[in-house]
Amino acid sequence: MADPKAAGMTRRERYEADQRRRSLTVAATSTVLVIAAIVILVPLAPGWEKVQRSFFNGAVLADTFPKLLDAFLINVMIFAWCAPAIAVLGLLIALARDAKSPALFPLRIFGAAFTDIFRGVPVILTVYLIGFGIPGLGLPRPWNSPYIWGSLALILTYAAYVAEIFRSGIDSVHHSQRSAALSLGLSERQMMRDVVLPQAVRNVVPSQMNMLIALQKDVSLLSFIGPVEIFRQAGVFKSLLANFTPYVGAAIIFLIVTIPATRYADYLMARQMRERR
Amino acid sequence: MAKTISLAALAVALTTTTAMAAGHCAAGKTLEDGKFTIATGNPAYYPWVLDDAPESGQGFEAAVAYAVAAEMGFAEEDVVWVRSSFDEAIQPGAKNFDVNMQQYSITPERDQVVDFSAPYYTAPMAVLVGPGATETEPTMAALKSLKWGAVGTTTAVPKLTETIQPDSDPLLYGDNADVNAALGANQIDAALFDLPTALFLSAVMIEGSKVIGQFPPDENDNPDHFGMLMEDGNPLKECVDDALAALTESGKLAEIEAQWLQDTTGVPLIK
Amino acid sequence: MAKLELRGVVKRFGDNTVCNGINLDIEEGQMVCLIGASGAGKSTLLRCINLLEPTEDGEIFLDGEDIAVPGLDPQTVRARIGMVFQSYNLFPHMTALENAMLAPRRVHGLTREEVQPEIEALFTRFGLADRMQNYPDQLSGGQQQRVAIVRALAMKPEVMLFDEITSALDPQLVGEVLDVLLQLKDQGMTMVLATHEMGFAREAADKVCFLKDGRIVEEGPPDQVFGSPQRAETKAFLERALK
Repeated sequence: MADPKAAGMTRRERYEADQRRRSLTVAATSTVLVIAAIVILVPLAPGWEKVQRSFFNGAVLADTFPKLLDAFLINVMIFAWCAPAIAVLGLLIALARDAKSPALFPLRIFGAAFTDIFRGVPVILTVYLIGFGIPGLGLPRPWNSPYIWGSLALILTYAAYVAEIFRSGIDSVHHSQRSAALSLGLSERQMMRDVVLPQAVRNVVPSQMNMLIALQKDVSLLSFIGPVEIFRQAGVFKSLLANFTPYVGAAIIFLIVTIPATRYADYLMARQMRERR
Repeated sequence: MAKTISLAALAVALTTTTAMAAGHCAAGKTLEDGKFTIATGNPAYYPWVLDDAPESGQGFEAAVAYAVAAEMGFAEEDVVWVRSSFDEAIQPGAKNFDVNMQQYSITPERDQVVDFSAPYYTAPMAVLVGPGATETEPTMAALKSLKWGAVGTTTAVPKLTETIQPDSDPLLYGDNADVNAALGANQIDAALFDLPTALFLSAVMIEGSKVIGQFPPDENDNPDHFGMLMEDGNPLKECVDDALAALTESGKLAEIEAQWLQDTTGVPLIK
Repeated sequence: MAKLELRGVVKRFGDNTVCNGINLDIEEGQMVCLIGASGAGKSTLLRCINLLEPTEDGEIFLDGEDIAVPGLDPQTVRARIGMVFQSYNLFPHMTALENAMLAPRRVHGLTREEVQPEIEALFTRFGLADRMQNYPDQLSGGQQQRVAIVRALAMKPEVMLFDEITSALDPQLVGEVLDVLLQLKDQGMTMVLATHEMGFAREAADKVCFLKDGRIVEEGPPDQVFGSPQRAETKAFLERALK
């Protein structure tokens, strides 16, 4: 005799399979329609040919791509030395802001002022002020290089954001962890180092990934004070060739780098959500 | 009786002079009928435009603009000034100006996307050095060892990379002001500008800077001709070229150049 | 002189007086159970004893020395008093063994090689030998709580405080933890427990204290407090609790 429960589940399974098939069909159809609409309708616009020549010009893309890649190495370089400095400085500022002893009060004020100022001022202003302003005081070469001071501007700005994220991570470690650590006889510093910070840092890795991704793009701001990174190089081509395609080329290069990074950040966040449940 | 006749005559005279005379080349070809719309930079610099006020007609490009307009039959009050960036000038699509005058150099690549008038000025390129390098000799060899900067969107860039070929990579900037800042901060030794701009900058903007030399303007590799930029296929080009030809022939163009760009003598040629 | 002597301990949170003049003697080797409703001040009292909370007033004498003196560095005291919490509070990023080894290494400056054998022995004694390399999220509640006890014991404390350590456990896991407590008692550890496990308290405690509104209302041997409570509040509480 057939088990009635088993019969019901099979019926439901059949139903769900049908539903799945139906929604897949609808999804596929609507996607195809949307893509077809774009591919067919956009070129019908009167200005399409001009736009295509100006923005999506294959010949220009091929011509300019190698030099754009070269320029991108400068972006990579700047990113490579800024990111670790930002992580370290951000953590130090976060700890400064959380300093509890009265003797360290000036440190707390400094930390608060630091995060207020560098999160408040637009990055480009900071790049100009520090990138031109400090060398302008009369530093000799090579100490007045825009690479040094422009990078410093990025480091200071991003450290402020990263510090606040670290702080929220530290706060998110339940105070019972503190109680347990202290009741074992650990000092405040040992507790921070061995119990709180390892958990705090792990908690905020997804948010910090977002900061990293933003940094990858903001490195281009150094183009305003001289370094010929990819954005500036694309601009030079734009001006020489009166064509915007080099920017599209630069965008493609950026996407090749940032998409894996964003996917990884999403993966980390999803994993964290799962662990919390 | 005399009064009504003279009134009628006056009326006829007025109607025929305010509307663009049908015989004029530019009739019906401008953005706004009866008006000639010219775009310039934001801000517009000396000596091309004085005090960022092109309506005054003061400055080389402002003066040439009004002269060309007059040749084409536009009265002074029919000239309308707008501001634009380089990007707005070269983007595909309708423009908000008839012509754009901002020291644009005519290049074959640009010519494919926009149209240029006949040249109204040929600009030698000049080397401006900061206070730390004023002793540099105006020779190609000496120039190679300097640290160079330039505005990234100008023809100074290919001049640097192809002709001068400096030993260290140049730094590029968004506009003249940033190049000035870099010179002032001693991050670069030298920069390339068209000669009139270089003289202005050394005289007014950067303490202790000096124009140490100019490149001979009749070189075969890309001498800088300034042209008025307009939309690709603009029928107005014909009229503007005719006007410029007339001004060149009559000597008026040279007069304007002499009036506004006279201190270009005395700068040595780069060997 | 008792091992721990509390005299007039007062603890306030804002306007709320949670401990309102506690007097208590705990002899060495005794197991003292604190019972009472939630909010009666049991947990807070324990946290005052190991200086997690500063007291407003009163003295706490450990071996005759007042450790509640304001300004005293709490770290050395805390190394002598171990505490186990209701929610285990194991460090999630370390294995059970690393959890236990952390404090002896950092506080006493010992190396891993020096502490590991002793601590492994502790794990074995409490039936956790095969769980030492596991992370807390791989352990059951009862196992985690036993690891927490080993962690506290690793510092070789003179007094152990237990803050309702079985309240968060599934009933079938409570037994294994209580067994550990009995083992400790047999070894002569001085223990103070805040607990709801009335049966255990009756069986194992040397002294039971009933707290209400921040005061010890009644204290005495378990047979007396449970069997013939003197005070009406005690009676009322026991009636509700043992229903």
